[in-house]
Amino acid sequence: MEPAMAESENNGQQGEPILRIRQLVKRFGGLVAVNKVDMDVYPGEVVGLVGDNAAGKSTLIKCVSGVYQPDGGEIYFEGRRVRFTRPMEARDAGIETIYQDLALAGNLSVSANIFLGREVKKRYLGGLIRTLDEDYMHAESQKVMDKFNIRIPDFSQEIETLSGGQRQAVAIARALYWRAKLMIMDEPTNNLGVVEQRQVLELIQELRQQGVPVILISHTLPDVFAVADRIVVLHRGFKVTEKKASETDSQEIVQYMVGALDDNRVLA
Amino acid sequence: MTVTDRRRTTLANWLRRGTVFLVLLVLMGYFSLTTDRFLQSRNLVNIAVQNSHVIVVAVGMTLTMLLGGIDLSVGSVAALAGAISAGLIVNNEVPVGVAMLAGLGVGLFLGLVNGGLIVFGKLPPFVATLAMLGIARGLTLVYTSGEPISGMGEAYTFWGTGKFGNFPAPVAVWIVVVLLAWLLLTRTRFGLHIYAIGGGEETARLAGVSVSRVKLITYGLSGLLAGLAGLLLTARLWSAQPQVAVGLELEAIAAAVLGGVSLFGGVGSVLGAVVGALLVGVLGNGMNLLRVASYPQQVIQGVVLVLAVTVDMYSKLLERR
Repeated sequence: MEPAMAESENNGQQGEPILRIRQLVKRFGGLVAVNKVDMDVYPGEVVGLVGDNAAGKSTLIKCVSGVYQPDGGEIYFEGRRVRFTRPMEARDAGIETIYQDLALAGNLSVSANIFLGREVKKRYLGGLIRTLDEDYMHAESQKVMDKFNIRIPDFSQEIETLSGGQRQAVAIARALYWRAKLMIMDEPTNNLGVVEQRQVLELIQELRQQGVPVILISHTLPDVFAVADRIVVLHRGFKVTEKKASETDSQEIVQYMVGALDDNRVLA
Repeated sequence: MTVTDRRRTTLANWLRRGTVFLVLLVLMGYFSLTTDRFLQSRNLVNIAVQNSHVIVVAVGMTLTMLLGGIDLSVGSVAALAGAISAGLIVNNEVPVGVAMLAGLGVGLFLGLVNGGLIVFGKLPPFVATLAMLGIARGLTLVYTSGEPISGMGEAYTFWGTGKFGNFPAPVAVWIVVVLLAWLLLTRTRFGLHIYAIGGGEETARLAGVSVSRVKLITYGLSGLLAGLAGLLLTARLWSAQPQVAVGLELEAIAAAVLGGVSLFGGVGSVLGAVVGALLVGVLGNGMNLLRVASYPQQVIQGVVLVLAVTVDMYSKLLERR
């Protein structure tokens, strides 16, 4: 997986960023969870977003994915200022997010999950009666799974009967099916076996090859270094550094994560 | 997943869906052998008619339980809907059709109030609907001054004791209700979203499901069905009794749980709840025919509930393994 890093120097950082975050602020009561953070994501790159617990990673991405409304700052997506008030608006714009532990409905089938929130309906009596078009959704699920070599024995199977890796694959397949222009993944390798972790990382590589940028949130640094082009470190709501993955190492990143290093401090 | 795993899942699934039905058949077999009258068509029709209101309310309870919620107010709402519809006819000379629609409207409105308290007031469903249980019963007593209302006429009582040709009207009503609810849950987006919310509210919200809307409408439907049950009951008794349907919510919950509807949401079906309600009905009917006194009957019903749910839980454990 290492050669990918060398290649990545060429892509990324070219042209206009697909996502531009400027001076973003999110408060919860007296606590400033995200404090004037700037961040860019360019087409075809993987950005690792790392930090200790309560660093503000999840809050930051939830502002981008429409779960939270920021208290200050701006978000630009494909050059346009966006203000998402609901998760569906972000999804409609092309931002797909895979949340840790909350990605899929465990009691629903594979295809129901892929289409959840965007079900396809058959119309009767001029649209007066609309029922779910399960055959169509089933066939489409099969297509996207085949395209990405994801093998699930039976699509009518409930998600909770699948392994952790299979679930992650279904979540990724869902984002791909809806033509994600930006993919946000929150701890996608958590609670997975070694083989499954590698499969997920390979899927991320595949996404980059297809030109879909990824924001990868993780505190497993080897995973981040395996796929990320750039690494952004948050500490207590502030962005403390941003580095090319090829120009740093996990030791340095850890120093930033625990607050021993801080680029803002050096500059000030 | 290996072949044996799959096979075990299928077996457990079958057990889970099949147990109540199996218990129902065993009970019916037992009562057919021990009594002369059980299998007579008149008795079987009786069971179907007498449990109409329980089945209708159990359908509504299934909807709210699938959400991961509950509706404890159904018995009181049924009583109020029945009383208001009867009162409008008897005291205000309102046409029967309008009065019955008003009764349904009362149920829908109170259900939406439940939904509003849960969605916007953020009250736990147990608390909101428990409060409504008290409020609706109190309103029924106030409206009727504690006295029964009777004399609604045949156009009203038809829905409790009348027949379409040879087919009892209240049975036709519950069959239609069950069919519609089954279609709603298995064939529509709304039904799928009920399951999604029951499986995980936050997950559903993040995927773009309008959680508030689905919850509000579902509690509205539960209230509407409670109102309908109240009309059926009032029509069958030929009078609106202020203390009618006390404890109906517990019968409905028992029916749903017997039918495999999970109290934690996301798992179960309307058909299961109907079989559960019929099981309770058959048990009561059979014990009456066997001249079991009414006090020990309640003990036996409790024991059957515990047994059925225990079997259900073990079959789920088997499936997980």
